Amino acid sequence: MAPNPSSPSTFLRVEVATRSGFPDAAAKKLAAEIGRTLERPVQVELVRGYSIAFAGAAPRDDALAARLHAVLADPVLHSSQLLSGDAPVPTPSAGFRRLDVVRRPGVMDPAAASVLRALEAVGLAPRSIRTYRAVLVKGATSDSELQRIGARCLANLLVEEVRLDPREAIAPFGELAPAPFRRVEVPLRAADDAALVRLSKEGMLALDLAEMQAIQAHFRQEGRDPTDVELETLAQTWSEHCKHKTLTSAVELHGDGAPRRYDNLLKETIFAATQQLALPWCLSVFRDNAGVIEFDAEYAVTFKVETHNHPSALEPYGGAGTGLGGVIRDTLGTGLGAKPILSTDVFCVGPLALRDDELPAGTLPPRRILQGIVAGVRDYGNRMGIPTTNGAVFVHADYRTNPLVFCGNVGLIPRHKIQKAARKGDLVFVLGGRTGRDGIHGATFSSLSLDSSSSTVASGAVQIGNAIEEKKLLDAVLDARDRGWFSAITDCGAGGLSSAIGEMGEELGADVELARVPLKYQGLTAGEIWISEAQERMVLAVMPEHAEELRALCRMHGVEATELGTFTGSGRLRLTFEGKPVADLSMQFLHHGLPKRMRRATATRTAPRPAPLPLDVDCNRLLLQLLASPDITSKEEIVRQYDHEVLAGSAVKPMVGAGGFGPSDACVVAPRLGSRRAIAVGCGMSPTTGAADPHAMALLAIDEAVRNVVCVGGRFDRLALLDNFAWPSVDDEATLGSIARCAEGCRDVALAYQTPFISGKDSLHNQTRTKDGVIRIPPTLLVSAIALMDDVTGAVTMDAKRADHHLILVGETRDEFGGARALALLGLDAGGAAGTVPRVDLPSARRLHEAVARAIASKRVKSCHDLSEGGLAVAAAEMCLAGGLGAALHLGNVPRPAGLDHDATLLFSESAPRYLLEVAWEDLDAVSRLLAGIPHGVIGTLTERPVFTVSGLSQKPLLQLDVAKLTSAFRTGLDF
Amino acid sequence: MAARPRALIVRSAGTNCDAETAFALESCGARATILPAQPFLERPEMLSDYQILAIPGGFSYGDDILAGKVFGLELAARAGEQIVNLVQRGGVAIGICNGFQILVQMGLLPGIERPFGKPEVTLTDNDVHKYQDRWVRMRVTSDRCVWLKQGETLFAPAAHGEGKLIPRDEALRRALHEQGRVVLRYIGPQGEDDPPFPHCPNGAVDSIAGLTDRTGRILGLMPHPERHFLPWHHPTWTRDGLADLPDGRKLFERGVGAVS
Repeated sequence: MAPNPSSPSTFLRVEVATRSGFPDAAAKKLAAEIGRTLERPVQVELVRGYSIAFAGAAPRDDALAARLHAVLADPVLHSSQLLSGDAPVPTPSAGFRRLDVVRRPGVMDPAAASVLRALEAVGLAPRSIRTYRAVLVKGATSDSELQRIGARCLANLLVEEVRLDPREAIAPFGELAPAPFRRVEVPLRAADDAALVRLSKEGMLALDLAEMQAIQAHFRQEGRDPTDVELETLAQTWSEHCKHKTLTSAVELHGDGAPRRYDNLLKETIFAATQQLALPWCLSVFRDNAGVIEFDAEYAVTFKVETHNHPSALEPYGGAGTGLGGVIRDTLGTGLGAKPILSTDVFCVGPLALRDDELPAGTLPPRRILQGIVAGVRDYGNRMGIPTTNGAVFVHADYRTNPLVFCGNVGLIPRHKIQKAARKGDLVFVLGGRTGRDGIHGATFSSLSLDSSSSTVASGAVQIGNAIEEKKLLDAVLDARDRGWFSAITDCGAGGLSSAIGEMGEELGADVELARVPLKYQGLTAGEIWISEAQERMVLAVMPEHAEELRALCRMHGVEATELGTFTGSGRLRLTFEGKPVADLSMQFLHHGLPKRMRRATATRTAPRPAPLPLDVDCNRLLLQLLASPDITSKEEIVRQYDHEVLAGSAVKPMVGAGGFGPSDACVVAPRLGSRRAIAVGCGMSPTTGAADPHAMALLAIDEAVRNVVCVGGRFDRLALLDNFAWPSVDDEATLGSIARCAEGCRDVALAYQTPFISGKDSLHNQTRTKDGVIRIPPTLLVSAIALMDDVTGAVTMDAKRADHHLILVGETRDEFGGARALALLGLDAGGAAGTVPRVDLPSARRLHEAVARAIASKRVKSCHDLSEGGLAVAAAEMCLAGGLGAALHLGNVPRPAGLDHDATLLFSESAPRYLLEVAWEDLDAVSRLLAGIPHGVIGTLTERPVFTVSGLSQKPLLQLDVAKLTSAFRTGLDF
Repeated sequence: MAARPRALIVRSAGTNCDAETAFALESCGARATILPAQPFLERPEMLSDYQILAIPGGFSYGDDILAGKVFGLELAARAGEQIVNLVQRGGVAIGICNGFQILVQMGLLPGIERPFGKPEVTLTDNDVHKYQDRWVRMRVTSDRCVWLKQGETLFAPAAHGEGKLIPRDEALRRALHEQGRVVLRYIGPQGEDDPPFPHCPNGAVDSIAGLTDRTGRILGLMPHPERHFLPWHHPTWTRDGLADLPDGRKLFERGVGAVS
């Protein structure tokens, strides 16, 4: 699509710049970024441009410039210039060159709507607005340099265009002509297998031969060929993204145990465990857009975590922002609508030092990706006014072309609003943003793997969000929910209207008139309207008698609400465009026609390869290296950019301790103002062990998530889990085996701990084809945990509290360095293959967690921290630096198997589960009694003197570091 | 004892601190009503039924163009007079974070030359040019404002990207101080004046965190007193214990008290 610029005479431009003598922080920051790219200092000036189109000739009165200045400029800071549309671009002052950065046609321009509104407030009525940026650079000379700057520092060429020394003014978009209606029938019945495969590929349907054959057979029965829209609808609904074909397929698993068969892998492992536990406080699981558990007598909490990987690889800012926006809509689409109360974010990226020339063509450098996804989550989450309170960042070379972006959201919902069902006769309403070509084929795109051409193929799949549109939508939906005007709701995510309406109408069938869908611009075909993944839209089943009230309410909130059709009871999905039929599908076939796949899988577990640490390892040096390493170092730089306190529920923040830079194990939020009831939310991940033993990885990830929420005072007996599988393509037996073993691991822990999984999501095909072969991500399981707390004032933080308090180490330390950070830093990990993967003994681990939770509940634990990456040394060091205290540790009392007598092993092993507890002298006996039967030992005391010392088994000094040194190492931070 | 004062909390698209601001005012004895912008702009005279106006934090209309600009223009055009009348007849008003930016864009704060009209100061990008959520200390540096008590300190989280206050010119800067309009200034951990980042999170001229109008009944401030209202809001309560009277609560009790 390429809108034709409207003729110049009908538009004006206003260009706004900072007056000399006033600061421009944005320009300064950009100059630094450009300087870093060119490796020499440059000067930068920024201009914000507004291209304003009018229906007729542009107004010309003398007061106009002043009026526009008052609206578009800051009277204190800015000067502005009013230019007529046809006027040439102003020539920059000597030595400067000008680059204009402008959004490509059809890319969301969130500011445009606000500018229109503001201009109306001063009595102007423009037809349309297009905003742009001009960047004036001094010190970059050659065109090639400027192009490099444009691509690296200014714009993402996928969604923006950079114009060098522009003469032409940037014109507003003109109106587009409506697309002529075409009803396309696909000759499927006659097609042979080769043709079926070709049709799937050409249409980006991502359907395999068996699926195409099933569709062919169905339409042979119907005695006709499908329309393009029907085929699209099936492709969307049957996509890996929407149906999770792999995890729900029938699997015959061989190896690593006796052969076993699952008719539905997911249902018979993770889901089955939850059903077997049948816990009364699980109110809605694996059914709705999010899992729902009891909160208090009136309210329940919902939790969902999503991924948005491929879009974030191509356009990190938009991809991560819409990832968060999407999971927030999952909350809003759970039950009859839950109110979002907090967000979580976990990122996996490649090594940040990698430069473009070290990366395959078509991939952005990890540093740029991290900058983008952090900014995307920040701008979307902060604007929504939802605190981002928990997260993590992992760095691994095999994420370099395919980053992982996990976004989670917790909601609060009245318990009587949890159930929903569209009723026959309900009206199909779409609320929120308008529909454009955004994200077309997102669902099927995410079911393909990336390659160097993805950036062109998928440019349609890129989405830019508009948080304010979603905030208005949120306010309107919750308002309507409380008035009881609709009987069902779901969000428009992957697959757009096709998935949303298809799902809601599964039992009833629906008639939908696509020509009624409000469009951002003309020119979309019926099929594009139907599958567009334009953001910020919800579909509601509205009771006819309340349709008018709903429209009025939405008007008040400034939200567009459009009736598209009816839920009929015909059992068919009937789509029309201006009355002409474009689809008539059986809901039965749409939702149950997907051919069941039976696949063979083989599980392999690489035999443990013990990798003892050298006896002479320099513990001081290793600890400082660990504290500064990417997975462990402080994420404060990111955390502080997120509003983590809005809504005033925050009781334990992401950063805690005397100086406010201690890494909290989990967050605690009391969401109902005035009530002390709270939730703790944390996460766990062990991507470095998945290749060697996916079952062990599941246990380690879950146990870490559990430890994190138990540490802050979460109830172990009211703890629920979420799984997010992120895997490469699962088309061979071994990879399917690894995902199956991981699922079995999730089941095993859930049953052993009685901690149910309440929701989950998988993202496959996380791999990239390059000319030097395929780069596959490490099998990655993210586990998120949410635990109830009866009284927020019982929360405990990880910062050491007082000198002379004792440190109790709970849990056994073994020689387990599989995937351990220390081994990697010493270069002994043989690419992750070396070392024994930590083994979690489930029955004793459960008793251990229960005992620690009891100890914390007794209020005798002054601080508590879990041992994970970097082991005992890192955990103890973090407690000290967070509390501004020193510590003297002796390894003699570290619980360990007989014969383990290597100091460094005890300090850096990553055995699980283990906790460090701070306890006052007078409470030692009481706490020891609570830990009866659990391996634990008093391993040292906290000291006023800010020095961290450890003496080994032979009593000889092993490690001695000033806490100031630990602090500066930990606060190194990620360089992005 | 007088009837509970009525507080109107006006929200626009993108306002997101309305619930906690209402909770704070209610807890201090007011009856709070949250109203979307449209019905308020259609009938601004409704303000005569209220004694308190609060404009909460958030991102009104996405803060596109400038923080607080669009909503500020709308309020100035439709409700400016009513807000001036509210304080002239003894009411009070508060703008927090984005609310402060809005009052500044309306010209209501500081309102040195006229009660309201042209902006005289601006709140622009933090020196670090990124959004910052961190707790800051402030000192009350004037006795002019009914929401505050001179000499007291206020500890609360700042959470903004555009909080650097800059007066239009040197004359205006002097006027702000001479007329006691600078009511809150960021201070260091030991109470030092004009502290560096991060204690002053944005690089504001003279470390200015809050301003009042000529009547002393309108308060605008960047940090969030409603986020230090409950004892467990404090970032180190697990070290230092739970306070009986959190700083933010003091501020709201004074404001509500001024119209009770």
